[in-house]
Amino acid sequence: MASELWPETYEQAAAGLGAASAEHQAVRIHGAGTKFEWGGLGIEPDVELHTTALDEVLEHNVGDLTAVLQAGVPLARVHEQVAAAGQMLSLDPPLGHGDAQDATVGGVIATADSGPLRHRYGAARDLVVGMTVALSDGTIAKSGGKVIKNVAGYDIAKLFSGAFGTLGAILEVSVRLHSAPPDTATAVGSTDDPVVLGSAAQQLSMAPLELEALDVAWRGDRGEVLAQLGGPGAPERADRVAAIMHEAELEAAEISDNDAEIWSRQRAGQRSARAAVLRVATRPSLLAEVVRATRAAGGSLVGRAALGLSWIELAPDQVSAVRERLGASAVAVLLDMPAGARDQLEPWDAQDGAALELMRRIKMRFDPAGACNPGVFVGGI
Amino acid sequence: MSNAGASELVARLEAICGAEHVLVHPHDLATYRSDGLAHLRETPVAAVLPDTAEQVQQVVQACFEAEVPWVARGSGTGLSGGALPISDGVLIVLARMRRILSVSLEDSEVVVEPGVTNLAVSRAVSPTHFYPPDPSSQIVCSIGGNVAENSGGAHCFKYGFTTNYVTGLEVVLTDGTMVELHRDAPGYDLLGAFVGSEGTLGVATKITLRVIPVPESVRTLIAFFDDTVAAGEAVSEIVSAGIVPGAIEMMDKLSIKASEEATGAGYRLDAGAALLVELDGPDDKCTARLQHVTDICSKAGSIDVRVAKSEAERALIWRARKAAFAAMGRLAPAYFVQDGVIPRTRLAEVLRQIDSLAAEYNLQVANVFHAGDGNLHPLICYDAGREGEAERAEELSGLIIKTCVDAGGSITGEHGVGVDKKAYMPSMFSEADLETFQRLRCAFDPHGLANPGKVMPTPRLCGEVPGPYREHPLERAGVAERF
Repeated sequence: MASELWPETYEQAAAGLGAASAEHQAVRIHGAGTKFEWGGLGIEPDVELHTTALDEVLEHNVGDLTAVLQAGVPLARVHEQVAAAGQMLSLDPPLGHGDAQDATVGGVIATADSGPLRHRYGAARDLVVGMTVALSDGTIAKSGGKVIKNVAGYDIAKLFSGAFGTLGAILEVSVRLHSAPPDTATAVGSTDDPVVLGSAAQQLSMAPLELEALDVAWRGDRGEVLAQLGGPGAPERADRVAAIMHEAELEAAEISDNDAEIWSRQRAGQRSARAAVLRVATRPSLLAEVVRATRAAGGSLVGRAALGLSWIELAPDQVSAVRERLGASAVAVLLDMPAGARDQLEPWDAQDGAALELMRRIKMRFDPAGACNPGVFVGGI
Repeated sequence: MSNAGASELVARLEAICGAEHVLVHPHDLATYRSDGLAHLRETPVAAVLPDTAEQVQQVVQACFEAEVPWVARGSGTGLSGGALPISDGVLIVLARMRRILSVSLEDSEVVVEPGVTNLAVSRAVSPTHFYPPDPSSQIVCSIGGNVAENSGGAHCFKYGFTTNYVTGLEVVLTDGTMVELHRDAPGYDLLGAFVGSEGTLGVATKITLRVIPVPESVRTLIAFFDDTVAAGEAVSEIVSAGIVPGAIEMMDKLSIKASEEATGAGYRLDAGAALLVELDGPDDKCTARLQHVTDICSKAGSIDVRVAKSEAERALIWRARKAAFAAMGRLAPAYFVQDGVIPRTRLAEVLRQIDSLAAEYNLQVANVFHAGDGNLHPLICYDAGREGEAERAEELSGLIIKTCVDAGGSITGEHGVGVDKKAYMPSMFSEADLETFQRLRCAFDPHGLANPGKVMPTPRLCGEVPGPYREHPLERAGVAERF
């Protein structure tokens, strides 16, 4: 049975991590646990280091559009709090499975999860302007700052974003906020032809529309292109989007100004309780091929069309076929997996040897004892 | 470095790049002795101008085998001394590598060599697309240098910085290994760690950039105010209204005076502050916001709001802003540029502090800044001909930076630390923070060969991890202590 630590201060977190590391123990860094299925199986932990007692929104600087958040704060709470000032943290991944919608800020950043707003506002790594971490030797270190523009020192925050906790524990982040557009409108067009889907999405991505989000979805034999607009004149611009969709041969372009449900469904498509979810990154122009691979595997897909990112929900026994079919034109990471299928599939695509060697060197420098989440990451890191 | 060692290395570099692309004579090296931070100069052992990524790799490999440090240089426009050569090292000049390798608008992507200029990227994808980060040196500065410095520019409040646009890199590490880094590849975000590392982790030989559609409409206005406090108030109101201008730039009385004298752009000399606001995006959105911004400026007490009615008028408004640095020559023979950042809401207070420091030091400080993101560029004017004035100006410069840090800001927003600001690093970062930075540096460059002496306030070496202790040559010579 692993021992459980619930630090309430950064010093306690660092000391707990340091002590475990000194004893050659394996530590699992634990937020709300909504993404435990992700990454490699790793080594059974001796210590569970929970961040959920570090749950304060330390600052919300309304005038500066920044916030300072402890790692264990539920992301939903941040959204709620900044929304009261007409602002948003443009980081909108699915917050969990079913009823458990309590993904923490630290967990979302550590797994580099993202949602539809990544189209306009970037990923977690683009929104984090400063970070405080604990390393396995007990060091507490910060990088960046609280201002949105800053090039002093190395960007350690980017290194920890998406590192799956293998370099240390994220304790606190400073983030950039944006004004939430008071009005939004979403245009949705559909088709049963993956090529039409791909080309329509491409035309929209190349038009000067300032879309908040540009997504695609494919379920069964039909796909959709979804474009969200925000700010003054959003409904009128949605009409323009609908016209482009029509020209690109999408059917039934519909406009909704009550679009929360539409985007909630897109986010939910990135997770699966029953099947596997393969996240695929390709060139955006290969979208039709990714959709065909999905269809052939009997899966469904949601994706960020202009970024070349797709989340494919499929049966575990189809994962290898999709990977093979996409080959070198894609990099894939297996996220959700049903219990039992987990030990049969490698979650991470093989990496370029030199890049992997560099990653191992980084792991050795930050966590020489190998205490932090051992074995869950790329190449068994 | 011994003479014999140097000539052996030079011979090897000549064999790699051709003798005409290896410069060793002081006369030939004169151009390369400094970057945009011109008062610091150093002559390297040699400057080498490779033409291909393979040549860069071989040059780096040769330096590795000879245990000779090196500095990579793009166009040399950097303002923090990041490309300042080292006297016992090699300068790798990437100016010949200026090929645009591919353009794919359907993937919003351009692949370039490091010596390609910033503006050339936008030109390569015009008229439909553009590359947003736009340092004011964009006509000459290189993308390789932009990657090293994580360059910003006037449009980054809305559009972001270099780091938000680099999606792929081919990098030569200091042992000569070539590595490909991609934005969404599984594993650590090595790409994110590399961008902005000021040439200390390796040298980029191929760069993939994201480009975006050119906005449908651009509307530019200039509003004059009695003082920077009122102009700052207008900035806060604009941002709180949820408006994100493409650019929002402020100039104070001194910089208006210098720029107006230099350009005759028609700026009001009786104004205490000028606020340039550029809105871009879909036409209807721009038009609505232009009216909103005009109203906000008037309400904040603007004495005069002028909207550019033509591209020529827009160019004129920008000309004065872009000339601001160069125009300072009219006020004083020399100046130091600072690059501090503050939370925007502290603007009025920090400007007051700068004014009172300037009065105390009896020096003129002009302020030009990217108002949206709180990035100040105080220009501290001095006359080196006057006894002790340069030293006083430098001291004042340091106090201004300290004021920014104390206000919760940063020592540098876009120019980089380089050698210029490394002494200020401890004002922002603790020893534990700096030691953590060093872990990253050591993972990439355990022998400390890439741009040593930059960024970190004191020289540090890398311990071997893991394995037996080995004495580093610099440590043996007593130059640096083990970290």
